[in-house]
Order: sequence, then structure tokens, then C-alpha cells
Amino acid sequence: MSTKRKIRIVVAKPGLDSHDRGAKVIARAFRDAGMEVIYTGLWQTPEQIVETALQEDVDVVALSILSGAHMTLFPKITKLMKQKGLNDILILGGGVIPDEDIPALKKIGIAEIFGPDTPTNTIIKFIKKHTQKT
Amino acid sequence: MFDEHKLSEIQKKKKNWKEKTVPEWISRHPERKNDFHTSSNIHIKRLYTPEDIKNIDYTRDLGFPGEPPFTRGLHATMYRGRLWTMRQFSGYGTAQQTNKRFKYLLKEGETGLSIAFDYPTILGLDADHPLSLGEVGKCGVAVSSLQDMEVLFDGIPLNKVTTSMTINGPATMLLAMYIAIGDMQGVPREQLGGTTQNDNLKEFHAQKLCIFPPKPSVKLVTDITEYCAKHLPKWNPISISGYHIREAGSNAVQELAFTLADGIAYVESALERGLKVDQFAPRLSFFFAAHNNFLEEIAKFRAARRLWAKIMKQRFKATKPRSQWMRMHIQTSGCTLTATQPINNVIRVAFQSLAAVLGGTQSLHTNSFDEALALPSEEAVRVALRTQQIIAHETGVTDTIDPLAGSYCIETLTNKMEEHAMEYIDKIDSMGGVIAGIENGFFQKEIADSAYKYQREIENKERTLVGVNEYTVERDWIPIKLLRIKQQAEKEQVDGLERLKKKRNNKKAKQMLDKLHKAAEHDENLMPTIIEAVKAYATIGEICDVLRNIYGEYKEQIII
Repeated sequence: MSTKRKIRIVVAKPGLDSHDRGAKVIARAFRDAGMEVIYTGLWQTPEQIVETALQEDVDVVALSILSGAHMTLFPKITKLMKQKGLNDILILGGGVIPDEDIPALKKIGIAEIFGPDTPTNTIIKFIKKHTQKT
Repeated sequence: MFDEHKLSEIQKKKKNWKEKTVPEWISRHPERKNDFHTSSNIHIKRLYTPEDIKNIDYTRDLGFPGEPPFTRGLHATMYRGRLWTMRQFSGYGTAQQTNKRFKYLLKEGETGLSIAFDYPTILGLDADHPLSLGEVGKCGVAVSSLQDMEVLFDGIPLNKVTTSMTINGPATMLLAMYIAIGDMQGVPREQLGGTTQNDNLKEFHAQKLCIFPPKPSVKLVTDITEYCAKHLPKWNPISISGYHIREAGSNAVQELAFTLADGIAYVESALERGLKVDQFAPRLSFFFAAHNNFLEEIAKFRAARRLWAKIMKQRFKATKPRSQWMRMHIQTSGCTLTATQPINNVIRVAFQSLAAVLGGTQSLHTNSFDEALALPSEEAVRVALRTQQIIAHETGVTDTIDPLAGSYCIETLTNKMEEHAMEYIDKIDSMGGVIAGIENGFFQKEIADSAYKYQREIENKERTLVGVNEYTVERDWIPIKLLRIKQQAEKEQVDGLERLKKKRNNKKAKQMLDKLHKAAEHDENLMPTIIEAVKAYATIGEICDVLRNIYGEYKEQIII
């Protein structure tokens, strides 16, 4: 029998954006897909999110922003993660994020950006594929 | 509405149709689905006939426009006399940039202003607060003090336009600033027209931009209601909002029910304050979403008016017909817009706004096709505004009042919407009212369940979303240019704030904040002191800090 632990994922809402419908929907979808989900709730600072990732020993950090503050807040988070040595954690972004911002976000260590119409299954598949430690 | 003899004849013929005509046809052409239903799970029958509305009493249930129960519209001539107010929700960057956008929209034919504030403003934080980092001017305009409001309304005479402000937690402060601008322009307070959203209850269910806990939040709402009843007769103190409830994921029935339940709570709070119902009820206004399910949405707006009229008359004993009015603003649905094939959104917005017009709205915002990607560009917002203008001037639907009334289907759906919403309202009453429902997580849970169900339906293809789960393309063929908000806005805002704090009479500002502290401790109506404080250029952050010290801060209850 496999003793492999479940994928642990923190779903986080950085900044002041209160549009949490998407974050809540994916949190439920991840849970239904057998993951252990920690949802931070609203108004998280980058420091708080990184601290949660560290304390909860997660495999994935999924960030959701719809306010347009992603180019300020995402880099702050990835930088802090690096500083804390959290290099193995898969970082994902979602929300209202224009295509033209995606290359820059990937460059700083966001593995993938999922736009508004993404089926939850696409994200789940992506996570499963990228968290298999062999 | 029909005599017994005629009904039984229809019944007989319908039986024959159902047993012979339909099965014969279906054997060759099966129906697309086994079950058809609306977004609120109301079963949609194959055919509606007079039998479905046989219990409708025309004079009791529909009546005449401009007369209770207002099912067919609030005004005697509706759009034949005056079209709805075209009010595009707008704001981004600095006050200066937004002032430019306002003037552009007014030039293009918008008939009322509607301000979108940024997150720091909405949450009562100044632009230089650490949590404001990255958010200043992004989702709306940054307003930290009266100084910004002066720029925002530069060259816009407040006696010529009406203004709607999407502001809740700090609504007292923004209204105080608007009054201050009016004073500067020499506009008497009786002439100031507009709306403060000022609906703190829906923040706890849905929008989640709460500053203070529920009880002091409702106190602040009531302060505005009372102040307006006495000093600003043309101002709508609250826009009781279902829009955000719907955007957060509720279905149409929940949107209707939870909004009216919030309305009931505000009326109760104002009555407890000692106001008479007919003194403030005529100025209560409402805000709903228009979604994709065309027929259900039209029915929702008609049912909303009828139900509110009944609640005001029966539950609150309002005597003036105007106290039974449900004036509504409608916005097309942001969450139905897709990022893929964004031009398709033009069509969605057109149908949604047509539903709003057929539903009899007083005011309308049409979303721009690029809103699943960014805040609207000038080109996109113009198309959105033109959509309203085309409906108003080209389609002919504005030439007669409530044209779909009497449709067997529309009237049945209107009845169903009312019936199901009332079941929810009874349930909320029985749990002890809205605040009890907030505290036990009822609303959040209901909304989250509906949002998840909606998403599952799309992913399981039980619900077709054109361009998303059907009719998809590899690459979109129409490039669109998005609005970018420059980081510079944040710097300008923070610098402006710093200059203000050097320039203003700091002693006076401090005095006013101390005065506010005392007034809040003594549970006074805070509007007069807040007006003085904003005139002394106290900032929103400073004023909210005073109140946070007294009321405490809201901590979100996490329900997924």
C-alpha cells in the first residue's frame, strides 16, 4: 500500500482583494480531489502567506488576485519564499491577470498562471504532475 | 384571469396535445435535455398556458405602473417619459485620471456618475498603509482625503449630475466629502442627488469588505439614513445590494431573498432609531445583478418590486405609496464574462441589459467586454454604454410599459421567484434575523454551495458556456488592448498624502478626530462630526482608526 502523504496546498488571497469566489471554489475542488487544503482567508500579507506555507509544510502555494496588484505582490511572495529556503514548493497564480504579465511572473518562479475560465481539473492535473517526487 | 369554462376547454385541449401531438413529435425529435430548469433550479415547463396563471388577480398582483404593488413598474409612463439613468461604474488610478474618465463618459452620453473606489479607500486605509501596497488606484480611484475628492469633481457641478458611490464601511466619510464639495460649489444640500451604497450587511455575506463588526456597521448605515432623512432629501442613503451576493455565487432566488432580508434589517434599525417609516422608506434603493438566464432575470425584477411593496405595506405599515417603491439599479453580471473570446461578452451584456430594461430598472450599468481581463479601456466602456443606448433608442422595447406582462411563462416565473424568496425570508426570520444568519455562517455557506454547484455544472457540461466549454477555439482572432494602471498612481497618491499632512492645519485635524472619538463613545449620529473632520482634511485612515479603536475590527469567519 502506498504510504505517500496527501498533497498539502495553501490557497491564499494576498492583498486587499475580496473577490474570493474563485479561491473558495478551487479550495473545494482541491479537497474533493483528495488534497489537504489550508485556506488563508482574505487580506494576507506576503509575510503571512510565506509563514503559513512554512508552518503547514505545504507542497503547493496557490495565490489568487483579481485586483491588479499581482505585479507587486507575487514577486514579494516568491522573493520571501526563496529567502526562507522554500525552493521545492510549487507556486501557482490565478485570477484576473493579463497574458502579457505571465512571462515576467514565470521568470520569478510562478510555475503557472491560471486565468478566469480554467476548469478546476486542469489545475488539479497540473499540481499532480508537478508534485510527484520521484 | 380566465373564466372556468374557457379554462376547462384549454385543459382538455392541452391534455390531447400532451398525449398525442407531443409524443408523436418527440419520438422523431427527442428533446435536448430531460429536465430544463433556471439557474435557481426552478423547473421550466415545456409550455405555459393560462392554467398556470389562473390564480392571478390582475388588479391585486399586477395592477398598473406607478401604483402598488408596482409589478409593472414604478412610474406611470415608464420609459416613454424618461429613460433609465445610464450610470457606468468607473474609477481607476488617481482622482485626476478618474475625473478625466467621468468627463469622457458624460461626453459619450452617460447620464449619471458612479464611482469605483480602490481597495484601500473601501477598507478605510490611507494610501501609505503597508496593506495598501500594490492596491492603490488598481480597482478604483484612490481617495484618502477631501483633497482627492476636490480633484475628482473638478469641473463637475453637483447640481447637474447625480452620483452613485460604491462605498460601504467608510460611506459616512465619502458622503461627508461629497457634502463638503457641494458646500464649496455653493450647492444647497437639498439639491444633492445620488446614492451611497452603504450596505454593510451584504459585505458580511458576500463582498467581504468589512471594517467593523456587524452591529456598529449597521449603526453607521443608520446614521446616514437618519441624516439624509433630515438634511439630504434627494439622497438615497442606501442601495441595498444583491449584486455582490450574486457575484459571490448565489443563484437568483438567493440574491432576491438575501437582499430583501437585509432591507428588512435596515428598516428595523431605522425604526429602532426612532424614525417613522414614511420618513425614510421612500429613499431606500436597491441594486441587483442581471445574469444570463433571461426569463428568470426579468421575473426576478418584477417579483422584487411586488414583494418589497408587500413587505413595506404589511410588515412595516408604510402608508405612502412611495414608501413601497423599490427603485433599482441593475448591473450586468461581471462573473458571467469570459476571458476567452472576450468579444462574446458584448452579446452577453446586451441580453443581460435587455433583461434589466424589460424588468423595469431605474438605472443601469453595462459591463465592458474586457472586464474578465482588466478594468475597462475607453473603447470597451464606450461599447458598453452604446449597448444601453441601442436598447433605449433602436429596439422599440422602451415604447410600451412592461411589454412581457401577461406572458404565461413570465407571470408564472414571477410568482415562483416571489414564493421561493419568501420561503428564505421566513427561514432567516426564524433564525433570528440577518445578523444571526451572519454569525452562524448561514449566508456564506449557502452562497459558497451555489458557487461550487455552478462551477461543477460548467465543468460537467450540464451548463453550456459558449467559447469556454463548447465552441472553443485554439487561438482568439480578435486582439484587444487592455487598460494598464501605472504604478505611478500609487507614488503620486502617497506623495500627495504626505504633502497634505504638512500643509493642513494639523491641530484642527486632531481636534476634530478627538471630537469624533467622543461622539462615537456617546453613540451619537456621527455624520455632523465626520463632515467637520473631512473639512479639516482628516484622512479616511485617520477617521477609521478612531472608529476602529471604539468598535473593534471585523475578523472574517472562514467558510469554504
